[in-house]
Amino acid sequence: MTVIDDRPATVLGSRMLRREDPALLTGEAKYTNDLNLPGALHLALARSPYAHARILSVDLSAALAAPGVVAAYSGADLTGLWAAPMPCAWPVTADMKNPAHYPVAVGKAAYVGDAVAVVLATSEVAARDAIELIDVQYEPLPAVVDLEDALSDRIVIHDELGTNKSYQWDLKIEGHDGAIDEAFAAAAYTVKDRYIQQRLLPMAMEPRAVAAVPQPFGGDITLYSSTQVPHILKIMSAITLGIPEHQLRVTTPAVGGGFGSKLNVYAEELLCLALARKHKLPVRWNEERGENAVATIHGRGQIQDMELAADADGKIIAVRVRILGDMGAYLQLVTPGIPILGAFLYAGVYDIPMYDFSCTSVFTTLTPTDAYRGAGRPEATYAIERAVDSLAHKMGIDPMDLRERNFIRKDQFPYTAMTGLTYDSGDHLAAAQMAAGLADYAGVRARQATQNVPGATKRLGIGQASYFEMCGLAPSRVLASLNYSAGGWEAATVRVLPTNKIQVVTGTAPHGQGHETSWSMIVADKLGVAPEDIDVLHSDTAIAPLGLDTYGSRSLAVGGVAIAMACDKVIDKAKKIAAHQLEANEDDLEFAGGAFTVKGSPDKSMPLAAIAFAAFTAHDLPDGLEPNLEAHVTYDPPNFSWPFGTHICTVEVDVETGHVKVLQYVAVDDCGTQVNPMIVEGQVHGGVIQGLAQALFEVAEYDTDGNLRNASLAEYLVPAASDVPSLTLGHTITPSPTNQLGVKGIGEAGTIGAAPAVINAIVDALSGLGVDDVLMPASPQTVWATIQAAIPKTPSNGDSK
Amino acid sequence: MIPAAFDYVRAGSAAEAISLIGQHGEDAKFLAGGHSLLPLMKLRLASPSVLVDIGRVSDLSYIRDAGDHIAIGALTRHMDVETSAVLKEHVPLLAHAAGYVGDPQVRHRGTLGGTIAHADPASDLPATTLALGATYVAQGPNGTREIAAADFYQGFLESALEPDEMLTEIRVPKMGGAGWSFQKFNRRAQDWAIVGVAAWRSNGSSGVALVNMGSTPILASAVSTALFGGASVADAAQLAADDAEPQADLNASTEYRTHLAKVLVRRALEEASK
Repeated sequence: MTVIDDRPATVLGSRMLRREDPALLTGEAKYTNDLNLPGALHLALARSPYAHARILSVDLSAALAAPGVVAAYSGADLTGLWAAPMPCAWPVTADMKNPAHYPVAVGKAAYVGDAVAVVLATSEVAARDAIELIDVQYEPLPAVVDLEDALSDRIVIHDELGTNKSYQWDLKIEGHDGAIDEAFAAAAYTVKDRYIQQRLLPMAMEPRAVAAVPQPFGGDITLYSSTQVPHILKIMSAITLGIPEHQLRVTTPAVGGGFGSKLNVYAEELLCLALARKHKLPVRWNEERGENAVATIHGRGQIQDMELAADADGKIIAVRVRILGDMGAYLQLVTPGIPILGAFLYAGVYDIPMYDFSCTSVFTTLTPTDAYRGAGRPEATYAIERAVDSLAHKMGIDPMDLRERNFIRKDQFPYTAMTGLTYDSGDHLAAAQMAAGLADYAGVRARQATQNVPGATKRLGIGQASYFEMCGLAPSRVLASLNYSAGGWEAATVRVLPTNKIQVVTGTAPHGQGHETSWSMIVADKLGVAPEDIDVLHSDTAIAPLGLDTYGSRSLAVGGVAIAMACDKVIDKAKKIAAHQLEANEDDLEFAGGAFTVKGSPDKSMPLAAIAFAAFTAHDLPDGLEPNLEAHVTYDPPNFSWPFGTHICTVEVDVETGHVKVLQYVAVDDCGTQVNPMIVEGQVHGGVIQGLAQALFEVAEYDTDGNLRNASLAEYLVPAASDVPSLTLGHTITPSPTNQLGVKGIGEAGTIGAAPAVINAIVDALSGLGVDDVLMPASPQTVWATIQAAIPKTPSNGDSK
Repeated sequence: MIPAAFDYVRAGSAAEAISLIGQHGEDAKFLAGGHSLLPLMKLRLASPSVLVDIGRVSDLSYIRDAGDHIAIGALTRHMDVETSAVLKEHVPLLAHAAGYVGDPQVRHRGTLGGTIAHADPASDLPATTLALGATYVAQGPNGTREIAAADFYQGFLESALEPDEMLTEIRVPKMGGAGWSFQKFNRRAQDWAIVGVAAWRSNGSSGVALVNMGSTPILASAVSTALFGGASVADAAQLAADDAEPQADLNASTEYRTHLAKVLVRRALEEASK
């Protein structure tokens, strides 16, 4: 059959350049801190230098006398402004402990960076200088930095809770309890390892910035914020401050990255709003980099005890996981839910019949943790992928071979896991084989045999990670079962203007992902119009009042699908108008290339442009049909989306110095149908580097007093382009059967695959020296010390005396 | 990241700069490329009351063949040192090492005189010029004087310069075809070295200096003495840290730093001996 499609070229699937980039790359884009707000007061915060201290007194008199200072407040001065404590939207268990948390601490500071007083001044310089004049008297208390120490309740941080334990959350499969113990007892092979997920600083390129602008009359107020979640922020701010929701508008100018750290409701946002209302003036705040390091949430922070049981053939029969999670000092918006987002993925891509997961989470006197790229899922993938390598080593077989023995097979999809979730589609073997080919897996193994001889200075290693990601957050009913306080739908409006230009209104909130480009490509494909004739409106609750924002690799798989569905509704309505005007039966019309044509009568045709104008004039519409051509859809996805893939990393480890050189990095990712392969690659690039950064570079270094020792980009080592390898990318395409576009998420996939692939490669390189694990980040010193600890010291060992 | 308030004056010549610094007293600081001073000011670790900007004293930017040595004006940018044909021919170690300073933006702004006067033990070029046996020229209200690199570095960020003196020229002996090596060990290309080694070797003579192995750039004299006495490279390298006082930081314990110094000195000497 020959299908004639005279559309200019398929937009969907092309490598269209991002329409966002000219403004971003030339510096024309306006960020929150670029807003010109005459008369605005500048907020600055005095922050606790102690991780744990009683606040005995706050003397503001010198600050109040300083030039330019308009007002100064302690935490106690502000308690009347809060209708509720700061929000935590994810009470994962009914008995979860959640300490009252206010924008400015009252009575006690619980981490270095906890706000203890604020100043409003006529300039940022005046405000920051005045902060230095605030005299806070503290009674320092012992810091709680170590998670197991926290769990012991030796020092209780929040007196009113009586414990540092926030919650215990179990995922136990009925009937597995005793059976799992038996399985472990009877297994031919077991492994039991402890992995540490170090704390990470998200370090978005643009730190946070906030401006609250009250309208002169009537009480309306607009909040500008560098946030990923304008809609959630609006609801939560209204509740926390007692502002009628309809009087609050939240909008985001350009947002310079978030990585989850801007999926939150922060003290500074609430302070700017409350103080702008109190002073009836705009109030703004701009975060410094050093402030960002302590006052913006951190990621990861887990101890993982991971066990696998396998039969004699290496078939994994049970997984048992115990997590100790670091909440930090308080629960921010979704802090307690982060380990739970990973709870379902500790079986990875494998067909494992028995599962036992439990997470206990504790408070520490450190910055609160929360969502960071991957949020729970990189942690889970790391644990299972490290453990699989550990098992292969114990069995003396190649890790690739062990994985292939355990993959969920292609013919098992859709696959209902014992956790109750259904994996929509996948082909792990195909992805792994493609990756192995690109990485020359067999060739590297052969080179290893000649290179990794006793006494070799440079040892070669190759490591693999195969992942499944649960993203596209999320079916609202599943979120309900996890006690999350909101749904997971997304809203879209597609509006054809009288001149056939299109307005798309989305509830997603892009902050670097390129939604304007991708959404216009979806609509161009659906409606047969040029992408440049499509405008995408977003990130302003006055323009896009409905939405659940951008995080969890959800925007395309939920928000993009909603747009495609709205296009279908537009086409349905347009078809009624076309049928009416062409005097044809709706069933006889077909829509292609932006026009309706009567089947078999190519001369009887009506383009969308004519229909749009007819819908606007409403001179000749079918009886009962409303004027204008516009459709709204709110889409609640029936399932998560399940991207997957295999990453393979090849490293060379300098045994003398501990330096790790990444020789090659191969990422094969399957995110279903690709709307724009260039944007997919960009997401994989950024994601892989962020995961590789966890493996090799990044850690929030705390001392025992709870001080962050690397709160600057000179010491917190975010790698630059010259420090990372060129990536070799491959893709398999397994469309999702659960949405009409066949798409899955891709924003977090790279991060999820990278850390275990890199660490597996390093351990592989060093296994001949007796090394079976290396802590992240695998800094040269850490790798060197690990080698020193593993090998017995003999005079022939290089330069070590 | 906002510096404390300060005054700013611009000098048109070296003499004017020295006069201005004299007028404004000890709280005044010279501003050249600004890549060491301005970050310290933004962190308020330095709060000079006056900055005397010498960035436009263009007659201090030059690289000249002066017979037995190359004379380099103090305001010569790292990028000009890195790409200089004269230096590549006669002092290739210095040109090569200049390519490791910071990143391209830093190398286009930062100056050779600035990094030497700042006297940061973690910087690449103070140690490199020390290894090469350079002489620095300082100009003060009473004229100029020469200071040997070996006498210049007095302590952490402390040099032999008087407060009213300005570094004007760096004189680096020609290497005469000596073998050389620059080893910079760090985690990110843009960072300071965790440990660095600048070394040259010619017949029995050698020069070896260490980056970030103490409060000043360190001349590893014991290594050169051992080599002169006929020791093998491997044995001499074991003495690399004998004159060092390494500090611990987030990247390296003193033990690891000491170990790295030995490995890197050995590798540097092996490369310089080829």
